[in-house]
Amino acid sequence: MADMRTPLSRVRGLGAARSGTEHFWRQRLTAVSNVPLTLFLIGFVIAYNGASYEEVRGALSSPFVALPIAFAFLSVLYHMRLGMQVIIEDYVHDDGWKVALIILNTFFPIVVGAIALFSLLKIIFGA
Amino acid sequence: MVEITLPKNSKIRQGKVWPKPEGATNLREYRVYRWSPDDGENPRVDTYYVDMDDCGPMVLDGLIWIKNKIDPTLTFRRSCREGICGSCAMNIDGANTLACTKGMDDIDGAVRIYPLPHMPVVKDLVPDLSIPYAQLSSIEPWLQTVTPEPATEWKQSREDRAKLDGLYECILCFCCQTSCPSYWWNGERYLGPAVLLQAYRWLIDSRDEATGERLDKLEDPFRLYRCHTIMNCTQTCPKGLNPAKAIAEIKKMMVERRV
Repeated sequence: MADMRTPLSRVRGLGAARSGTEHFWRQRLTAVSNVPLTLFLIGFVIAYNGASYEEVRGALSSPFVALPIAFAFLSVLYHMRLGMQVIIEDYVHDDGWKVALIILNTFFPIVVGAIALFSLLKIIFGA
Repeated sequence: MVEITLPKNSKIRQGKVWPKPEGATNLREYRVYRWSPDDGENPRVDTYYVDMDDCGPMVLDGLIWIKNKIDPTLTFRRSCREGICGSCAMNIDGANTLACTKGMDDIDGAVRIYPLPHMPVVKDLVPDLSIPYAQLSSIEPWLQTVTPEPATEWKQSREDRAKLDGLYECILCFCCQTSCPSYWWNGERYLGPAVLLQAYRWLIDSRDEATGERLDKLEDPFRLYRCHTIMNCTQTCPKGLNPAKAIAEIKKMMVERRV
C-alpha cells in the first residue's frame, strides 16, 4: 500500500455526495421521451427525403412538426450530456482532466442545442 | 485513466512445466497463475498434471493434490470445501467461482486458474481483499434500532422474513465484486455488487430502523450509481444469487423516497 491510510478511511473517502438519484432519474426520463421524439425526427427526415426547401419549410411551419423536433433536440442533447458525464466519471480518474471534461461536456450540448434551435427558427421564420 | 494493458512488472510469462506423475494414465492439465512477492519476478503460469485416479472431482481437489504431491509452494485459500465459507473464490476457466463447487468435468481442456481479477495479489491465488472488507464494514451490516430492545426477540412476519431470501445466502466470496468492470475502474469509490447486496439485505429488513440513514449513505454517484447493469455479478455468482436485482431495488428505493 502506497499510503498509510486504513482501508476504511480510503473507502469512506469524502463521504456520500447525497446526490446522484436526480441524475439517474433524469437519464431515465429523457430515455423515455427520446423514444417517440427520435422516431418522429427520423420519420420526418425519411418522409421529406428529397423534398424541396419550400416543402420542408412548409411542413416545419406547423407547430405539430416544429415542436416535436425542437423537443427531440433538447431531450437527446440532455440525455447525451448525462450519459457522457457517466462515461467520463467511469474512465477518467485524473482530477484535472475530469473537471475539464465535465465542464466541456456541460457547455457542448448547450452550444449544439442553441445552434440547432436557432437553425430551426431561422428555417421557419427566416426570409 | 483506465489502464487497458498490464504494467510491465505484471505481464504474465510462461512458467515451469512440472513433470507428469509417474505411472499415472488418467491425467488432467492445470495451468495456474503464480506470483511471489519475495523474488522480484514477473507473474508466470505454471503447468501441472494431476493424476485423476488419485484425486477428487472438484477443481479444489486438484489444487490440494498439486500442493500435497507436486509443489508445496502453491498458495491459495481454502477452508470448508463445500461452498459455504467463500475462501476458495478464484478465476477458473475464465469466470470467477468457488474452486470447491466447480467440477473439473465442467471444463474443456486444461483447467486455467487465476486469482480474482483486479485485486492486488498477496501471493499466487491469494488476492488482497482489504478494500472490499472495509466497504462491507462501511455499510454497517447489522441490525440498527432506536426502539428499546424487546424482552424476547425482534418480531418479523413470515412475509417480511421471505424478503431476505436470495440475500442472506451470500457468503461474501467476492466473485461478483471482482467480476464487475465498474468495480475494476472505480474500486475504491463504487461499493460493488457484493457490498450493495448486503446493503439491500439490511435496507429491506423489516426490523431495521435505520433505512433512511442507510439510503443517505448510499446516495452517491459513485457508491451506488456506478452500477450500469452489466450483470456480470449475477452471471458469475456461485450461489445463484442476483446482486444486480438487489442494486436495482436500492435505486428504486432512492427514487421512491423523492417522487
